[in-house]
Amino acid sequence: MRANCWMGVNEVEVQEVPDPKILNRRDAIIRITSSAICGSDLHLYDGYVPTMKEGDVLGHEFMGEVVEVGSGVDNLQIGDRVVVPFPIACGHCLACEREEYSLCENSNPNAELAERMWGNSPCGIFGYSHMLGGFAGGQAEYVRVPFADIGPLKIENDLPDEQVLFLSDILPTGYMGAEMCDIQPGDVVAVWGAGPVGQLAMASARLLGAEEVIAIDHVDFRLAMAERQVGATPINLDQTDVREELLELTGGRGPDACIDAVGMEADHGTGPIAAYDRVKQALRAETDRPHALRQAITSCRNGGTVSVIGVYGGFLDKFPMGAVVNRSLTIKSGQCHVHRYMRPLLDHIEQGRIDPSFIVTHRLPLEETPAGYDTFKHKENECVKVVLQP
Amino acid sequence: MHGKTAVTVNRPPAEVYQYWHDFAHLADFMTNVGSVEDRGGGRWHWRSKARDEEVAEWDIEIVTDEAAVIAWRSVAGSDVASEGTVRFAPAPGDRGTEVVVEVDYQSSEPKVASLVKKLRGDEPGMQLKEDLRRFKQVLEAGEVLRSDGSPEGPDSWRLLHQRPARPLSDAELDELGALR
Repeated sequence: MRANCWMGVNEVEVQEVPDPKILNRRDAIIRITSSAICGSDLHLYDGYVPTMKEGDVLGHEFMGEVVEVGSGVDNLQIGDRVVVPFPIACGHCLACEREEYSLCENSNPNAELAERMWGNSPCGIFGYSHMLGGFAGGQAEYVRVPFADIGPLKIENDLPDEQVLFLSDILPTGYMGAEMCDIQPGDVVAVWGAGPVGQLAMASARLLGAEEVIAIDHVDFRLAMAERQVGATPINLDQTDVREELLELTGGRGPDACIDAVGMEADHGTGPIAAYDRVKQALRAETDRPHALRQAITSCRNGGTVSVIGVYGGFLDKFPMGAVVNRSLTIKSGQCHVHRYMRPLLDHIEQGRIDPSFIVTHRLPLEETPAGYDTFKHKENECVKVVLQP
Repeated sequence: MHGKTAVTVNRPPAEVYQYWHDFAHLADFMTNVGSVEDRGGGRWHWRSKARDEEVAEWDIEIVTDEAAVIAWRSVAGSDVASEGTVRFAPAPGDRGTEVVVEVDYQSSEPKVASLVKKLRGDEPGMQLKEDLRRFKQVLEAGEVLRSDGSPEGPDSWRLLHQRPARPLSDAELDELGALR
């Protein structure tokens, strides 16, 4: 089959690779009908995630049709249309029983590598480094899905792929980011990053009753999308002092909740501290550039919540812990426990309360995936989200 | 050489004990154990798994067998001198069973010394830790999970010798034949 493979920093290539086979009783093989490039795939592309290996098949946002099931899968039939959650979860460990699926204790065969980096291991993830399991991803014609009796969500309606595809990752991720804000009537929610996850976090904040949503970015067409689609108030960080502007918009209080939907490669910020981060990250003396997170913390109102859904991989410098302690801030974070959110969010989509397909700007055949990475990375042609069709 | 490690299994203590109590099951999750056969009278015959080396064989006898602890040691005169203990304790707050395993392997015979090293893994305790991950997977998830990078499942050697995360070829699948 054809599959998009990681070949080194800034290099992906569509190659011929063997078709996936059933390796475990609880596996299913899915023929992909749509997949997507995630913002977190750019961290792999840019070389900021360790334990990648040349030839790894990428992609953790995908859906398709069941073509084969293992003997331990009795809830899926050949021909079923399914969306697959990006975290691989067994459904039976303590974390899964608590619905903390991205912390599944049994789905990362390489847990030891993650333990050395992070102290303990999260779940395995499709196409996302060997530290997270070494599983082939779904930017391909076919994919093997382990624990298929637990993860895939059957789609039994006629909604097009683009409306349900993002149940695999970014819609639940954005929703969990908003849910962690514990939004109360009157709350103002500020979101750093108006990329795909930021857009859907803003839409979710609206759904959860936020009074006002503020989008912070420096890419005009993305701010315009947030304004148009979600009714967000845009702040272009290149043109204004973000904290001052936020104080002005909130009567001097600061936003009740701040969502960091940027993560480790913030290109926000100017001045000495931004230069410091770039140099340290380039020299691998600092793994992440946390400019958005610092600003989210210092901008949040006293006693407010900072919700971190942008991906960080390692260690941060100049972290404003003093603001967190002295202003009673709550920081919440986590890779999304996707399985927990898929069904309720599908219901929201079916009822027309949310339609995540507004973020799609580019549709490409699988063969053109490398061009898709490049366009997405450089935000060319007003790119927000690339969907791939084999 | 000594290894000790602990894992919490989200199953009741009686079930976890019962599984280990049948030593034949050890071959299902201990990477370097090929088979364990019941020889009766509390004796079990172990064979190491043949990879590229000779197979070591030895007999163990059960020293203690209670609901909370099983202990064993190799019978006198074995090429491989080994002993082990596994303890089962209820985890607090209905969190399943805390399993603590201690294993020692030794050999005075040079020809089996490398096998003993293999049994221990390159780092003392490391293979044991991976084996307990597999044990947990078997009891909780019903099987040892394989990935493209680590087709054998958790394994201390494979951690540092990952395949690319892409599907295995038919030839590779044949080589790993027992997998399917």
